[in-house]
Amino acid sequence: MSFISYLKDGISLGSVYAIIALGYTMVYGIAKMLNFAHGDVIMVGAFVILTAITKAGLSPLLSVVLGVIICTVLGVVIEMVAYRPLRKASSNLAVLITAIGVSYLLQNLALLIFGADAKSFVPVINFPSLTLFDGRLTIKGVTIVTILACIIIMVGLTLFVSKTKPGRAMQAVSEDRDAAQLMGVNVNATISLTFAIGSGLAAIAGLLLCSAYPTLTPYTGAMPGIKAFVAAVFGGIGSIPGAMVGGILLGVIEIFGRAYISSQVADAIVFAVLIIVLLVKPAGLFGKNIQEKV
Amino acid sequence: MAMLEVKDLHVYYGVIQALKGISFEVNQGEVIALIGANGAGKTTTLQTLTGLIPAKQGSIIFEGKDITRVPAHKIVEMGIAHVPEGRRVFSQLSVYENLLLGAYTRKDKKEIEESLKTVYKRFPRLEERKNQRAGTLSGGEQQMLAMGRALMSKPRIIVMDEPSMGLSPIFVNEIFDIIKVVSESGTTVLLVEQNAKKALSIADRAYVLETGRISLSGKAEDLLHDESVQKAYLGE
Repeated sequence: MSFISYLKDGISLGSVYAIIALGYTMVYGIAKMLNFAHGDVIMVGAFVILTAITKAGLSPLLSVVLGVIICTVLGVVIEMVAYRPLRKASSNLAVLITAIGVSYLLQNLALLIFGADAKSFVPVINFPSLTLFDGRLTIKGVTIVTILACIIIMVGLTLFVSKTKPGRAMQAVSEDRDAAQLMGVNVNATISLTFAIGSGLAAIAGLLLCSAYPTLTPYTGAMPGIKAFVAAVFGGIGSIPGAMVGGILLGVIEIFGRAYISSQVADAIVFAVLIIVLLVKPAGLFGKNIQEKV
Repeated sequence: MAMLEVKDLHVYYGVIQALKGISFEVNQGEVIALIGANGAGKTTTLQTLTGLIPAKQGSIIFEGKDITRVPAHKIVEMGIAHVPEGRRVFSQLSVYENLLLGAYTRKDKKEIEESLKTVYKRFPRLEERKNQRAGTLSGGEQQMLAMGRALMSKPRIIVMDEPSMGLSPIFVNEIFDIIKVVSESGTTVLLVEQNAKKALSIADRAYVLETGRISLSGKAEDLLHDESVQKAYLGE
C-alpha cells in the first residue's frame, strides 16, 4: 500500500510541476525564449494569496482570483519591459541573461517586502479527503484538487490552442513568425497572451504547491521552477502534452527516489534522469522532430 | 492613379544596401513581373512592401495610402496578400487550419465559408487533403496551399515570391495557369520570378532588377523579345 501512497504523492507533486512546465513550454514554443523568472512568479502568486487572506482578510476564493490576476499582469509587464526590447537582439543569450536577472529581481523584491523568514501558508483548499481500501489509503483533499486542476488545465489549454482563433495564431507564431504576420497575426500581442496564460497558471501552481508544502519564502519558486523546466525539456519543450507527461513523471520519480533510494539524492536522481532521456532522445519524449519537405 | 506606387525605395541589411532607390508602379488588374538574377533584390522588394523589412528611404503608396511604415500584420487587412518565397505554410497545422489563418483578419464567418468554397473549387487537391498536415504535402501542393491561404484574405493585390521555385514542370504550368485565373477574376498580381520566360509570358508589364536597381522596364511582350533580356535571363 505504501507504493500506491507514494505514487499518488508523486502524481500530485508532478501535477504541480506540470502546471509550471506548461508556462515554460508555451513561452518557449511561442516566444522562443526560456523564461527563467517563471518559477519566481509562482512565489509571487503564493505571497499575494497568503497576504490577501491573512492581511486583507479576503475570502480564499477571492484571494486566489486576485493572485491569478496579479501574476497575469506581472507576466505581461515582465515580457513588455524586459524581454520585448531584446527580441530583435542578435543573440538569444541576451534575453536568457535578462530572464535570470528578472528572477533575482523578483526574489529580492519579495525579500524586501515580506522578509527572509519562512511564512506558513494557510489552508486555502477545503476539499474532503478520500479514504480507500478500508482506511489503509487516504487521499487528501489537496491532492485531489491538485490532480483535478492539472487535468482541467491541460484539457482546457489543449482545446484553446487547437480550437480557438487566438490558439491558432499561437501555433502560427510558434512555427513561423514572419508568415504569421503576413496572415495578419500581431506577434507581440500573441506573445503577451502567452505570458498572461503562463503567469496566471503560475499563480495556481503557487497555490497548489504551498497547499501541499506549506512553507513560503522568497526562494520557494526557484527549485520547483527549475524542476518544471526539466520536466518541460523531458517531455519535449514546446509541447503541451509533453509538459504534462514530463511533469508527472518527474514528480513520481522524485517521490520514489526519495522513498526508495535516498531523500538526499532525490534531486540528483531527477537531473540524472533528464540527462539520460536527453542522451537517448534529444528532443524529449514528445519533442518535435519532423522532416519537412522543401 | 496607380494602385501601388513604389518610389525611390532604399533598403539596407545592416551596412549592406539591398535596394538602391527602386521605383515602380502596379495598376489595377495588371499582372506585373519582377525578374532578375539571384540577389538582385526581388524578395527584399516584396518583403519591404508587406512590412517585413523596414525601408530606410522612399515610399510605398497603396490605393492612395502611405503604407511604408505600416507593420506587417496590418498589411493584409489593407488588401495586400503575400505568398512568401519557399511557401512558408504552417507545416504542423492542417490544410484547413492554414486556410483559416489566411482569413485571420476577417470576421464574417459566412463570407469566410464562401471563400473557403472558392479556394477548394480552384484547388480541388486542397479539399481532398484538408485534414492532412500541411508539412506532409508535396512541394507543388504546398505552393497551392500558400496561394489558397493568401486568397482567403480576399486581397485586391496578391504578391507572389518565386511560386515556381523547386517545382516539377507539370506543377509549374499548373501554378502559372492558376495565376492567370486569379488575375482574370479581378485580383491584381505582382509576381517575382527567376523563371523569367514563364513570368513574362503571363505578365502585362515587367521590371528587371539588377543589384538593387531597376535596369529595364516595359511591356512583358517587348522584354520577351529584347536581346539583352534574352541573353541575361532567358538563356537564349
